[in-house]
Amino acid sequence: MSDSTSSGRSDIRVDLQFIADMIEPRTRVLDIGCGDGALLSYLSEFKQVDARGIELSMAGVNECVSDGLSVIQGDADTDLDDYPDGAFDYAVLSQTLQATRHPRRVVENLVRIGRRAILSLPNFGHWKVRLWLLACGRMPQTETLPFHWYDTPNIHLCTIRDFLELCEEIKVDVEKAIVLDTQGRTLPMQATGLTGNLMGVQAVFLLRKS
Amino acid sequence: MQHLPSLPDAPLPGNRVQLGRDTKLKLDCGVELGPFPVAYCTYGALNEDRSNAVLVCHALTGDQYVAEEHPITGKPGWWELVVGPGKPLDTNRFFIICSNVLGGCLGTLGPTELNPETGMPYGLSFPVITIGDMVRAQAMLLDHLGIEQLFCVIGGSMGAMQVLEWASRYKDRVFAAIPIAGAARHTAQNIAFHEVGRQAIMADPDWHGGDYVSHGAIPRRGLGVARMTAHITYLSEAALHRKFGRSLQDRDMLSFGFDADFQVESYLRHQGSTFVDRFDANSYLYITRAMDYFDIAAEHGGSLPEAFEGTKSRFCIISFTSDWLFPTSENRAIVHALNAVAANVSFVEIQSDQGHDAFLLDVPELDKVLAGFINGCAERRGLGR
Repeated sequence: MSDSTSSGRSDIRVDLQFIADMIEPRTRVLDIGCGDGALLSYLSEFKQVDARGIELSMAGVNECVSDGLSVIQGDADTDLDDYPDGAFDYAVLSQTLQATRHPRRVVENLVRIGRRAILSLPNFGHWKVRLWLLACGRMPQTETLPFHWYDTPNIHLCTIRDFLELCEEIKVDVEKAIVLDTQGRTLPMQATGLTGNLMGVQAVFLLRKS
Repeated sequence: MQHLPSLPDAPLPGNRVQLGRDTKLKLDCGVELGPFPVAYCTYGALNEDRSNAVLVCHALTGDQYVAEEHPITGKPGWWELVVGPGKPLDTNRFFIICSNVLGGCLGTLGPTELNPETGMPYGLSFPVITIGDMVRAQAMLLDHLGIEQLFCVIGGSMGAMQVLEWASRYKDRVFAAIPIAGAARHTAQNIAFHEVGRQAIMADPDWHGGDYVSHGAIPRRGLGVARMTAHITYLSEAALHRKFGRSLQDRDMLSFGFDADFQVESYLRHQGSTFVDRFDANSYLYITRAMDYFDIAAEHGGSLPEAFEGTKSRFCIISFTSDWLFPTSENRAIVHALNAVAANVSFVEIQSDQGHDAFLLDVPELDKVLAGFINGCAERRGLGR
C-alpha cells in the first residue's frame, strides 16, 4: 500500500524483484495482496512456480483471472485461516502488513501456511519519517508513505525494530533481512542493527516458524 | 391440449441415446434405471486425444439447446453469449456437450416419459432424483461418447451444483471446473421458494394428482404462478426498478381493479404463460426437489473440504454482487473449502445489478474472466492459447 519506485532490473516493482529472487524455482507460492498479478506472472513465467494469489480489489482479481492466473478475491485478515499448515513453500505479503487489521495474526498465519514467509514493509523508523515528525510536528508524508493521515490505508505502521520484536515474541526466525533505499537499492548495513532501522526506506524479510 | 415436446410425436433436434442397458443407473433413492434415454446436443469436434471436451450443465429450467435455436420457442440458444465460434467456449477449439438433465422434459427420462412397466406416463410414480443422479447419468453419457476426462465442466445455478458434484465425485475426470452463481447446498430460503412453486402447481385442479396427461389437461395456472415467483428470485430489486419502476401497462391511470395495471405484473404474467409452453409441471416438481436435497457437505460427514480432498482440478468460482438467491457468501464458502484442501482456485465476484440471472446475460466482465480462465487452463492442458 505504498508507492515504490521501479528499478531497471526488470518490469516488476523493485521490492517484488527482491522477493522473486528469494524464491526457489518450481515451488508453490501464495501471494497475498497480489494486485494486478505482476509477481505471480513473473514467477510462473521465469521460475515455473505454481503461483496463486489473494487480492482485495475486484478489479485486480478480475484482471489476474482474465490473464489466466489463479487468484481469489479476499484479504489477509479473513482468508488465510482456512489454508492447511504448510500448504505452500512460500507465503508472500508485500507492502500490505501495515494495512491489515490484525498484523500479528497475519504473520502467524503466513509462517503457518507457508514453509517460509516473505514479507516486505515500509520502515516507519527511516530518518526522514523521524525528522518529519520531529521538525514539522505533523504526520509524515514521504515517497513510500504518500498519504494524509485521514485517508491512509496504512493503519498499523511499524519500524523494522518493531517488526523484529514481534517476530521474536511469536517465535518466528528471521532467515534473511534486507534494507532498501529510496531507489530500491540494497543497503550494506544489517537490517537488524540500529543503522538499518534508520537508513532503510523499506525492508524485505525471509521468515520461518522457529 | 398442449403437446409436450418429449412425447413421441414431436421428434427433437439433437441426439438421443439409450443408456444403462448393461449396467443400470442406481439412483440415490434406491431405484435402478435402465435402459433410459438421454437427449443431448454437441458443438465443435472432439480432438484426437479426446482432451478438448467441455460439459455444459444447464440450470433448473434450461435444456440442451445451449447454442442453437430452441425447437419450441424459436429463441436463440440460452448461452450463445458464451458458447460459439470465437466465444469463451470456442466451438472451433472445444467439443461442447450439453445434455437434458435426468428428470427433465426435453428428451431425457423424466416424469412425462412412458413408464415401460405400465405403458402410461410416469407422473408421480417417477422416482425422486438428486443432483448426484443427474451427474451419474451425464458420466454414463461420457462413457458412451468415449470421453475419459473433461477439459472443463461449467454451469450456472443448478448447473453449478452439478459442476461441484462432478468435481467431488469424479476428481480424475475434471481438469477444470467453473461453478457460476452456485452453492454447495440449497439454503432454507431457496427451499422455501421452491415449496411455494410446488404448492402452486399441486393446488391447480388441472394437476390431477400429477396424472394430468391421462386427463388431457395441463396445470397451466399452477406452473405459471410457480414460474412467476421463481422469476422474481432470479432478478434484483434494482433490476426490476430499472426495467419497470411503477410504470403502467397500456394505460394512463389505475384501473381500480385486478388487471395487470403495472408493467411488472404484465411482464410476470407473460413469463408465467410462456414458460408453460416449454416446460412440464411434474418435471418442475422433481427438479426443484433435486436442488432442495443438494448438500454436498452432508454427503461427506458434514465437512465441505472433505468433498474436495485430493482434487487436482483447477476451479474458477464466480458470483454476482446483486444475486440474493445464490449470494457471494455461499460461493465464498466453496472457495474456503477449496482453500482448506489447498486446491487451485480462482474466485471472482462480478459487479452487476441483474441478480441471479446475470450469468445468462450480457455481462462483459463475465466474458473476460471466463475467456482468461479457460485460455489459461487450455494452455496447461496442452490445447494452446
